[in-house]
Amino acid sequence: MTARPPGTVAAAWLIARKDLAIEFRTRTAFLSSLVFAVLALCILYFAWDESIIAPADRAPGVLWVVVTFSGLLGLQRSFSIEEHDRGIDALLVAPTSREAIYLGKAIGNLLFLCAVQAVTLPALVLFYNLPVGPSLLGVAAVMLLATIGIVAVGTLFSAMAVNTRMAELLLPMLSLPFFVPVLLNAAQATTRVLAGRPAAEAWPWLRIIIAFDIVFVVACTMAFPYTLEE
Amino acid sequence: MTAAPTVARSSASSRPALQRPIFDWLFVLAALGVVAIYVRAIYYTPIEATQGAAQKIYYLHVPAALAAYIAVSLTALTSIVYLWLHDERADRLAEASAEVGLVFLTVVLTTGPLWGHKIWGAWWAWWDMRLTLTLFLWFVVAAYLVVRGAVEDAAMRARFSAVLGILGALLIPFIHLSVYLFQARLHPMPIVLKPSEPSLPPQMLTTFLLAFLVFAVLCLAFIRVRYRVGVLRDLAAETIT
Repeated sequence: MTARPPGTVAAAWLIARKDLAIEFRTRTAFLSSLVFAVLALCILYFAWDESIIAPADRAPGVLWVVVTFSGLLGLQRSFSIEEHDRGIDALLVAPTSREAIYLGKAIGNLLFLCAVQAVTLPALVLFYNLPVGPSLLGVAAVMLLATIGIVAVGTLFSAMAVNTRMAELLLPMLSLPFFVPVLLNAAQATTRVLAGRPAAEAWPWLRIIIAFDIVFVVACTMAFPYTLEE
Repeated sequence: MTAAPTVARSSASSRPALQRPIFDWLFVLAALGVVAIYVRAIYYTPIEATQGAAQKIYYLHVPAALAAYIAVSLTALTSIVYLWLHDERADRLAEASAEVGLVFLTVVLTTGPLWGHKIWGAWWAWWDMRLTLTLFLWFVVAAYLVVRGAVEDAAMRARFSAVLGILGALLIPFIHLSVYLFQARLHPMPIVLKPSEPSLPPQMLTTFLLAFLVFAVLCLAFIRVRYRVGVLRDLAAETIT
């Protein structure tokens, strides 16, 4: 047996596939995130008087509140599934770098959140009577950029939170301050994209999200090995 | 788990940690300084013409902000040092300065709205960059301290909090940029009524500078006290186990 261990990217992809396979077979986290997201869209519809603020005007804000909190549900699960039967030990003894574990987990989370959002956005269009058009592609692009940042930070904090006494409570408390720059800019960019403004108007906001993605993907990949047991 | 006694010995004092007082000369000096500075600010500094006596809260608000930034920067710096050298003194210093930072941040966040209510006519102004930034700094430091309390293993706690300290330092510029862009679109000209520092009358300027100095010393004194409490706590934990 001279099988060589996979490289970082290959190992990361294997880990992401493992997580998605677990999720695909049980579908519990996906369904609960999805139902939560759609339910939150409905609840938030009734939180304002529609004669004062038109539903289409609140849609961007609602979208980002829902994306944040349904995202936290998915991120929570990322490392808690490894705690059962100490699956994390198997990952740690595997002949792969710890950065690969982080990247694999992050890719799995990214695909998971994108799948939830792929339903959330059409549901938003449906319930808030948004016009169907190319601007929705722009919104999807903003969502992808913002989700990369959310996942970069959230995956790291998910790994930290499972090792603490109050994981469920700690993850939102840790993550939300870090989500602020992403959400603020994403909501502002979404407002402009949905209103059909030229792309140049959304660019200043997108620029900050892209910078955030780059800085935190690098920083969290470097920091991740320190969050594991030695 | 054998590092605690080593630290107690190596922390540069001729006396062992148990015999060192928690509150020492530096703390007394800082406390006296605070009393002196407020006597000066209240009785011997002129009242500002447009804001009246309300402006005097600045002698607490602004120096407290300075102290908070000193403490929080120290947490970020010692977090980097910890991940680099794995010296638990750096971790204890990070813990001490985070806790002291949270106290000063709370002072800033309490006095800011009090002053704003009087002068702006609003408790909170999201377009005031410094206040908003201070608020998010407060959230990050609070999360940092909650994490410290939620991890049982000492080495893991130190690593987690060092990671969080560094990421928090990276986060601050992003929040600053975001809020700046947010408020720039809404308020092209912020109508902040504030004394422009260089044109302060000399007596006010002197009070301000003295207040800065006193609060910097107070901040360091608090951190030192908190650090010594940390040393004693670790020694006690060592004795029990």
